[in-house]
Amino acid sequence: MLTAVAIAVDGLGFAAWLFLSSVGLTLIYGVMRILNIAHGGFYALGAYTAAWAVGLYTQTGSTIALTYLIIPLAALVAGVVSGLLVERGILRFMYGRDEVLMVLVTYAIFLILEDVTKLIWGTDSYVSYQPAYWLGTIDVFGLPYTVYKFLIIAVAIAVGAALYVTLNHTRVGKLLLVVIEDREVSKALGINVTLFFTVTFVIGATLGALGGALTAPEISVVPGIGAEIIVMAFAVIVIGGMGSIGGAMLGALIVGFSRAAFVHLYPPAELFSIYLVMAAVLAVKPYGLFALAESRKI
Amino acid sequence: MTKSFDKTEWGLMVALPVLICLIFVLPAWVVNYVQVSLGTGLVALGVTIQMRAGLVSFGQGLFFCVGGYSAGLAGKFLGISDVFLLLVLGLVSGILISFVLGFLLRRYREIFFAMLSLAVSMILFGLLSSTEELGSTDGFNLPQATYFGWAPEGDTGKTMLYAVTCVVTVIWAIALNRILRSPLGYINEAIRENELRVEYLGTSARQAVHVTYVIAAAVSATGGVLWAMALGHVDPEMTNWTTSGQFVFVSILAGTGNIVAPLIGTFILEIVRVYAVEVSPNTWQMILGTLMLLTIVFLPKGLWSLMNTAKKKTGTVPAAEAVAGE
Amino acid sequence: MASANKGARARAARSSRNILMAATALGLAASFVAAGSAQAQEEPVKIGLVTFLSGGAAGPFGVPARNAAELVIGAINAGSLPAPYDSAGFAGRQIETIFVDENSKQKNADFQKLVEKDGVDMVLGYISSSSCKAIAPEAEKAEKLTILFDCGTPQIFEEIVTDPKYTFRTGAHATMDNVAAARYLVDTGVKTGSYAGINQNYAFGQDSWRDFSASMAQVDGEATIATEQFPKIYAGQYGSEISALLTSKPDVIHSSFWGGDMEAFVIQGSARGVFERSKVVLTTGETAMHRLGAQMPDGTVIGARGPHGDLAPESDLNDWFRKAYFDRFGTLPTYPSYKMAQALLGVKAAADKAGSADQDAVIGALKGLEWEGPSGKVSMALANGHQAIQGTAYGTYKFDKETGKAALVDVVRYDAECVNPPAGMNSIDWIESGFEGAKCE
Repeated sequence: MLTAVAIAVDGLGFAAWLFLSSVGLTLIYGVMRILNIAHGGFYALGAYTAAWAVGLYTQTGSTIALTYLIIPLAALVAGVVSGLLVERGILRFMYGRDEVLMVLVTYAIFLILEDVTKLIWGTDSYVSYQPAYWLGTIDVFGLPYTVYKFLIIAVAIAVGAALYVTLNHTRVGKLLLVVIEDREVSKALGINVTLFFTVTFVIGATLGALGGALTAPEISVVPGIGAEIIVMAFAVIVIGGMGSIGGAMLGALIVGFSRAAFVHLYPPAELFSIYLVMAAVLAVKPYGLFALAESRKI
Repeated sequence: MTKSFDKTEWGLMVALPVLICLIFVLPAWVVNYVQVSLGTGLVALGVTIQMRAGLVSFGQGLFFCVGGYSAGLAGKFLGISDVFLLLVLGLVSGILISFVLGFLLRRYREIFFAMLSLAVSMILFGLLSSTEELGSTDGFNLPQATYFGWAPEGDTGKTMLYAVTCVVTVIWAIALNRILRSPLGYINEAIRENELRVEYLGTSARQAVHVTYVIAAAVSATGGVLWAMALGHVDPEMTNWTTSGQFVFVSILAGTGNIVAPLIGTFILEIVRVYAVEVSPNTWQMILGTLMLLTIVFLPKGLWSLMNTAKKKTGTVPAAEAVAGE
Repeated sequence: MASANKGARARAARSSRNILMAATALGLAASFVAAGSAQAQEEPVKIGLVTFLSGGAAGPFGVPARNAAELVIGAINAGSLPAPYDSAGFAGRQIETIFVDENSKQKNADFQKLVEKDGVDMVLGYISSSSCKAIAPEAEKAEKLTILFDCGTPQIFEEIVTDPKYTFRTGAHATMDNVAAARYLVDTGVKTGSYAGINQNYAFGQDSWRDFSASMAQVDGEATIATEQFPKIYAGQYGSEISALLTSKPDVIHSSFWGGDMEAFVIQGSARGVFERSKVVLTTGETAMHRLGAQMPDGTVIGARGPHGDLAPESDLNDWFRKAYFDRFGTLPTYPSYKMAQALLGVKAAADKAGSADQDAVIGALKGLEWEGPSGKVSMALANGHQAIQGTAYGTYKFDKETGKAALVDVVRYDAECVNPPAGMNSIDWIESGFEGAKCE
């Protein structure tokens, strides 16, 4: 019983983190058809910026409450600045190139971002645990969980809902869906596709940075954290169906719960649980769970 | 056309002795990079021929690892150290495993093929990393290579292994060159362009993909054996996604235009990395990334297109482009 | 048809020429590349230093080791170290360094490049055991003095190179970390009825847990294993593992986590009360002590994979090292820094003793050498004088809220012979034999 509860809560917590770390990736892929390896770089930038800013702030000895504002702000700054630089500075010259080539482009950008973070913040780890600690814990059937974990779950739900509403119930969102459906026709209809691309990329980058920034208080921010997230995020969005927000959420839940179940019931398999799940899902649903229907090209 | 050698193949035949002679001309450390590049280059070649069918394998490290571990396990548990036997073993295991996996993977295209191949390779990574008997992530060492009972030591041994690597690589390159120009090769290109039309024409695209997948696995496993023999060590890192990713990047950077491109591309990338590390040991990744971007911007068809551009400037290819629509 | 044929031939001719051109270009480029190699000069001793400069192991291991190398080599060149290392250079010769990133797929080729192109007199480095396994035979083949300073697997001289001539390891292997951890728990009277492990799922984590659980079976036959957790290395998120640790209620938790993973585990675990419910042993905890401060719970058992860092005994050399390192890099040196300093001073001691920094002289003198590093005495006692043994120590963490300083209390030191297998004995066999022949005070 206790184990079942633990699997449920742990799975949910892990899923929330996965969703926040991968939703930017699926958004960018959905709109721009770019499989963005540099996503890992944005995640790391967000984590470093937040850890660094929270660290500076807490040294002043002021109330911890404000750090909950600093974290999203750090993500916003990191995401917007780096997203704009990458999109305006590099990517826009590459649109229309082969999808595979774009993977290589974003990989090159990722390599550069890795060293940029190293040049800015060095190789020592940054810890900024105060926000994760300050809210204390709640007992769930005698198992203590940090309130911060539940906060992350809430943020994940909020981000998912906000994206869903924006995409489906606002004018901008509907225009974006048109762009996704057919770039050329939307251009002909007078939609500023370039602007949509820029904005989407910056939002995607910011979401990646937000994933990193929210995680920063729970971990030690070190070089290489960006590389770890990439494959995990890819797996999540492939399971859910590339380019689908709901799919990313479902993919995150599936991976989250199965990983938690493996940890509690059969720890040695944790190492490749995510790949087992991905292989199993794809074997049954070859295009992921929420695949968008592709028009047949004859 | 399949009976006689074409010019690419003659070129390869002529290049072979040149390649082997490098060991007497160049310092040993450069030859070393040439040798390991031929090993990993074969895997990149495997990625390239799949890419001609529009399939991007982000898990080609699987067969690189299968080759390396087949050789390693045969050496460790059966005491086999004969290079030719190990090559055959690696080849057979690669073919067997890919034949079975092919039934699953041939249904997938694009990103789903990439991710599923990645998932399979990572499952192997996980299994090997938790097998303490095989040294877990530390891997284990291979025996010194022998040749039909002959066990050369020191420099002779090195030269021998290098020569074998060159010969096997060239044989594979010629074989793959023929495959690319065979019906299968053309079907693959057609699959990349429009799979549905291929089906309408009465050919099974899945079957073609399956065969291509097995061939790519075979060449990658060969590369794995040769690379592992040169290094004398295998570990699960061979099937990690970062390794597989590098093969993909080499193939794209080098270009899919010619069978030799991935082999040379691997070497060039290796040397660029070595010099980037030497110039700036702490930020070499940035240099590498920047060079990659520049290559993509200025040579969208890969490094190999440099060769064609050079030719065009000297004016020796007057009619070649004109027949593109033949 | 005819024109198609012509086109095909033209293309074929072009591509065959291209291959030849490429081969020639390759040769030319390579010989150009090689041109710089002949100018090896006699005077300075060239050392190729290989550590992680990128990737996840760079922050906790590679860079602190590189920093220590820069610091100590600078001081050796200037002759500014405390006695007995106060003479300049290796037997009077200045030292030059070439740094190489260990984070490379072609480690052996990189090694050969150092030896042949850069003409180094010795190679010093390698943190990952996988690298050491691949490099040790290569070093013997290349006949180049190679000093492994950190990697932990006992296999290097037990299985891989059983008759080393050119390979040395100046750090003790990882077995003693976990043997000593088990001994420390018993010696300090910790309740060990049931114990659990959380270790990274790769060779070092698996080996550490195997050695620790085997040692526990020896020191407390009654103890049972509550749970064995093996998360992926660099996972960062340990929510489920921590729940599993909490639900299985062990008395003791063993972890060989290092770097960011270890710090993340401490942050997440302490927030959820793991450290209050169980006694936690962190075999590499020392690297995080000063960074985590109050966040590291009091009572945590801390190791440093040897008597390094805060566990180092007091000496002039250690005082100098801590102060100089802090002044230059703004943080205190952690155990990878100590191990690097230890390796460099070992070479210096050997070269000075032999009166020459030539390879054969250094090899002759380093074999079986005893010297004082910043962490105390090191002796090359195993593998025919090629493998170091060293004592170790464990302590219990205590954070002083008023001064804001972290310290280790209840430090217990273990002699090398107490926690290391004797020469010629395999580590796990030795543990399972009940530490046969161990000499403990």
